[in-house]
Formats: sequence, structure tokens, C-alpha cells
Amino acid sequence: MFATAVIVFREILEAALIVGILAAATRDVPGRNRWLGAGILAGLSGAGIVALCTGRIAELASGMGQELFNAAILGLAVVMLAWHNLWMSSHGAALAKDARSVGNAIRDGRRARSVLLIVVGLAVLREGSETVLFLYGIAASEGGGSLPMLAGGLAGIAGGVAVGWLLYAGLLRIPLRWFFTATSILVLFLAAGMASQAARFLIQADVLPSLATPLWDSSGWLPQTSVAGSLLHSLIGYEAQPSGMQIVFYVLVLVVIATGMKWLNKGSASASRSGTAA
Amino acid sequence: MSRLLPLALLLFVASTGALAADDEFKLVIESHKFDPAEITVPAGKKIKLIIENRDATPEEFESHALNREKVIAGKSTATIFIGPLKPGRYPFVGEYNEATAKGTIVVN
Repeated sequence: MFATAVIVFREILEAALIVGILAAATRDVPGRNRWLGAGILAGLSGAGIVALCTGRIAELASGMGQELFNAAILGLAVVMLAWHNLWMSSHGAALAKDARSVGNAIRDGRRARSVLLIVVGLAVLREGSETVLFLYGIAASEGGGSLPMLAGGLAGIAGGVAVGWLLYAGLLRIPLRWFFTATSILVLFLAAGMASQAARFLIQADVLPSLATPLWDSSGWLPQTSVAGSLLHSLIGYEAQPSGMQIVFYVLVLVVIATGMKWLNKGSASASRSGTAA
Repeated sequence: MSRLLPLALLLFVASTGALAADDEFKLVIESHKFDPAEITVPAGKKIKLIIENRDATPEEFESHALNREKVIAGKSTATIFIGPLKPGRYPFVGEYNEATAKGTIVVN
């Protein structure tokens, strides 16, 4: 039962942390809870469908369907997270300063941030399907003993959700002045980590060369299976034995989004300064 | 970077015909165990692992050392590309049945 709880916890942790960060980042989007609920529900139903179609998806693209599917979902999520961050940088200064004076911008901003709720759905879809498959395997396995194991699965889910909620509650304690900066930085690292994972799937599918495998090996002092390792993996994309190509993707996405943010932020800061002066 | 994805996917689809030259190795999953549990493969070459899951339940091939994870549906066969690798031992597990489903790829 304990082993089951640990596996399910590990599968669900990443999605839970992503949901925690994105729920915090969308705290002032009207009807946020409804959107969030819908995103999670859509993700879960998608996860069920993906789990059911595992065999069929895998057969696509000469047996590389699963890898391409995962890479596509991750790529889509990266694009959406990047768009959110760039938008927040160009309007975030005004938002944080005086939310009421920028009516249209706020409405657009809510739209930009409701994109994050789609990412919630994608994250739940991707991570959830593996959990569904695992639990199905338990339920379908011969002999008794499946009831305590299912209980373990539920405990794992509860644990993962609790960690995601803790992160969410912690983020909400950040003063509003720093809040958008903090969530933008978290979203930035989420995007870079997802890009690195997408690269891993493309390497696995033999679409991309791995460059060095692994580029480094830190599994000795911070294994990815450890609690700290898997937390860091989910939050900033830490990998103990990454390939060179993953790091290329990671750094590229990080630098492109960060540069864009800095550039747009400068523009928006001077625009809002001249705006107050007028 | 992710905008390059569709292009990469296209290139991939166009190039699938050219994959036959890789070294192939076969593994079977039965009763939540890998058979053989240890295979030896050459270093510095790309390897095509073909894993047949004879169990009715799905399994997830996972190896942090190899940097690979792939779900293999029940009663189905999956292909995983690994390498080129440096000599050494690379453990892998079936994540859904980690107690029994264990194996190692030895690279010489």
C-alpha cells in the first residue's frame, strides 16, 4: 500500500505543483475557480481517454506516437506560458501599481492569464493519464490485495494535492508588489523545464540527437527520485542526468522568454511613467 | 524553440524510413518481470530496444540513467531508442511494478 502511495504521489506531484502555481498566478481572474475546476476536469477526462487509447497512440508515427504526443502537449504548454509571461511583463507594472486605472488592459490580462488555466488542463492530462494507467493496472491485477493498494493510490493523490495546495497558499502570502514578479519567475522556470522534457521525448523518438548523454551526472548527491530531487524537477526542471540537447532547449527557452520579458518590461515601465505624468 | 516543433515532427515523419540500420535488442515483460533482466549492448551506438509486454496490464519503462520513460500498454510492443552510450551499467525499472520489474543494460 505504501509503495502504491509513493508511486501515485510521484506521478501526481508535478501536476499538483503546476496547478498550485498557476492557480496563484490567476488569483484575480474572475470566475477563476470555475475555470480551474473546468481545466482540471477536462484534464482528468482527457487523461482517462489517453489512458484508454495508450496502445493506439503508441502505434502512431511508427511506434513513436506517445513521445510525439507528449512533446506536442509540452510544447503547447511552453508557448502558452511564454505568452503569459510576455504579456504580464508588458502590462504587469501597471497592473501591480493601480489595478483599476487600466480597465481594458486588465480585461486582456485576464484573458492572457486564463490561458494558464488551459495549461492546467494540459498538465493534468499528461500526468494524470499515467496515474490512471497505474491504478487501472492495480485494479485489473489478479488476486486480492487490490483494495489496500487502491487506498494507497488515494493516499498518494491526497498527498500530491496537499503539496500543491501548500505551494498555492504560500504564494498567496507574497505581498502584491512582488506577487506578479514571483509568479512570472516560477512560470518562466516551469516553461524551461517543460521545454527540456519535450526535448527528452523528441530524443527518445529519435527526432533529435541527444548531444552528450548525460551532460552531467548529479544523481550521486541529488537523485531525481529523492523528495528534493523530484520537487526541483517539477519546479525548475532539475534532472540528475540530462542530455545536452535538453539543456540547449532549457537555456534557449529561459533566455528567450527572460529577454523578451525584460525588453517589454522596460517599454511598459516608461509608458506607465509617462502615463502618470500626463 | 517550441515553434520549431511542427517542423521537427514533419522531419521525423519524413525520416522514419531511414531507421532500420540501428542495432536491435528485444526484451519481454511477463508476470511483471523483464526477460532477459540484463542485456549487453555496444557503446557509442544508437540502440533500438523492442519491448514486448505480454502482461494484460500496462507497464512504464523508466530509467533515469538512460533518461527514458515510456508507457507500454498491456499485450503490446513498444520501441525505445537509446544511446549512443558510454560504457557502464544503466539500470531500468517497470515503474508500475518496481518490486519485481528490474533490469540493467550493460554497455561495453
